[in-house]
Amino acid sequence: MNFLKSSVGRKVLMAITGQLMVLFVVVHLLGNSTIFIGLINSYAEHLHSLGPFVWVFRLALLAMVLTHAYYGIQVTLENRAATPQKYAVNRQLKVSLAGSSMIWTGLTLACFIIYHLCHFTARLTSDVAGFAGQVPGDVYRMLVTSFSHGLTVFVYVAAMAALCLHLFHGIQSFFQTMGWNSECSLPLFSKLGKAVAVIVLLGYGSIPVAILAGILS
Amino acid sequence: MSSHNEHKSMTLTLIVWRQKNATAQGKFDTYTAKGITEHHSFLEMLDVVNEDLIKGGKEPIMFDHDCREGICGMCSQVVNGVPHGGQERTTVCQLHMRKFKDGDTIYIEPWRARAFPIVRDLIVDRTALDTIIQAGGFTSCHTGGIPDGNAILISKPDADYAMDAAECIGCGACAAACPNSAAMLFTSAKVAQLAALPQGKPEASVRVKKMLDAHKECGFGNCSNHYECQAACPKGINVKFIAKLNREYLKAQFA
Repeated sequence: MNFLKSSVGRKVLMAITGQLMVLFVVVHLLGNSTIFIGLINSYAEHLHSLGPFVWVFRLALLAMVLTHAYYGIQVTLENRAATPQKYAVNRQLKVSLAGSSMIWTGLTLACFIIYHLCHFTARLTSDVAGFAGQVPGDVYRMLVTSFSHGLTVFVYVAAMAALCLHLFHGIQSFFQTMGWNSECSLPLFSKLGKAVAVIVLLGYGSIPVAILAGILS
Repeated sequence: MSSHNEHKSMTLTLIVWRQKNATAQGKFDTYTAKGITEHHSFLEMLDVVNEDLIKGGKEPIMFDHDCREGICGMCSQVVNGVPHGGQERTTVCQLHMRKFKDGDTIYIEPWRARAFPIVRDLIVDRTALDTIIQAGGFTSCHTGGIPDGNAILISKPDADYAMDAAECIGCGACAAACPNSAAMLFTSAKVAQLAALPQGKPEASVRVKKMLDAHKECGFGNCSNHYECQAACPKGINVKFIAKLNREYLKAQFA
């Protein structure tokens, strides 16, 4: 059977694309954090000075998101079909909320990515309409304007909570799927994954919350 | 007094899945188990209930069992939502009624997975597990004279690792517990056992591919690393063997 049809082959593809996206998320967070030292505008200008590489990077990310989502949905549908009848009583000893909600946190993130691109990249929403067409423009001012609305902050923090939950299961899962786990390393990778997930939530969440609270203005 | 206490009898309410055959509509029926002592095993408790049913001219509750010593892998019941009842490293035949209290209500269901069609009541058809083994869970070797002792050297850690994997009794609790109905712990135990030994290495890459193909064709789901299987496994087979299977599969891509 073809690698792309096999159970483990598809899992490996999802693990690799997922882990590359985690690396992107961490680098993106480091970049965003420059807002706290007042360097976000120069960071944004540096990024955009890379020219065609920006588009190479964007297309690579798009390919990763699509691959990860395509196989995630396909495998979930197969798994549902494999369990046609549920137990009347089902006491799970090990399955976590994070693990069993992967498809839902994943779909939430897909919706968020579309919104986020329309919001800060294409600047199509009304709150950032004044910044449309400026590349990259005054990113700092754009963020402050946008995150002064409580609802926008809520949407961003909620999406990061979904990401945190997704990574709670996803990061440790990567190591198991790649076959790099032993009896000793599994609990370590599990803790590492949870720690990264919480850092991502706190890191990304702190920016809109700091703006809403008036710490950044 | 103390001897009376030891044989204190319990009365339990059982809610049991009854189904005539693979195609019939099943349903839960309620039974009262009387005169159960703490020394009865779970299956002996069902024997007591069945005797009453037979005396009353009713169909007994059908369930799989064989050795009743926790080594054959035949017994297969989901008790209160956990395959084998949730006592660590225990088959349901070795689960004793001292783990229950007088007046308890107990749900008893068969393994539920598309790959395990119900034969009758609590009995499911586990041919799918045999199909996976037949696809590659063996070593091909020349028969003939008896090989010399110690002709093939195997280190103690390798032998221990293979033996830990070989502990699998093939009951199917891993697939029954898995939210995706994947029998990956079962498949990985055999792949890992044979891949760790010199006799199994020559066919390792063919084996892992064929066994995974058979796993999929039998209608099992995909492993998504919940590790519910290890928690339910009566032999405590470790999910490190699934990591080993993944590794063997990746290695097989380059073989």
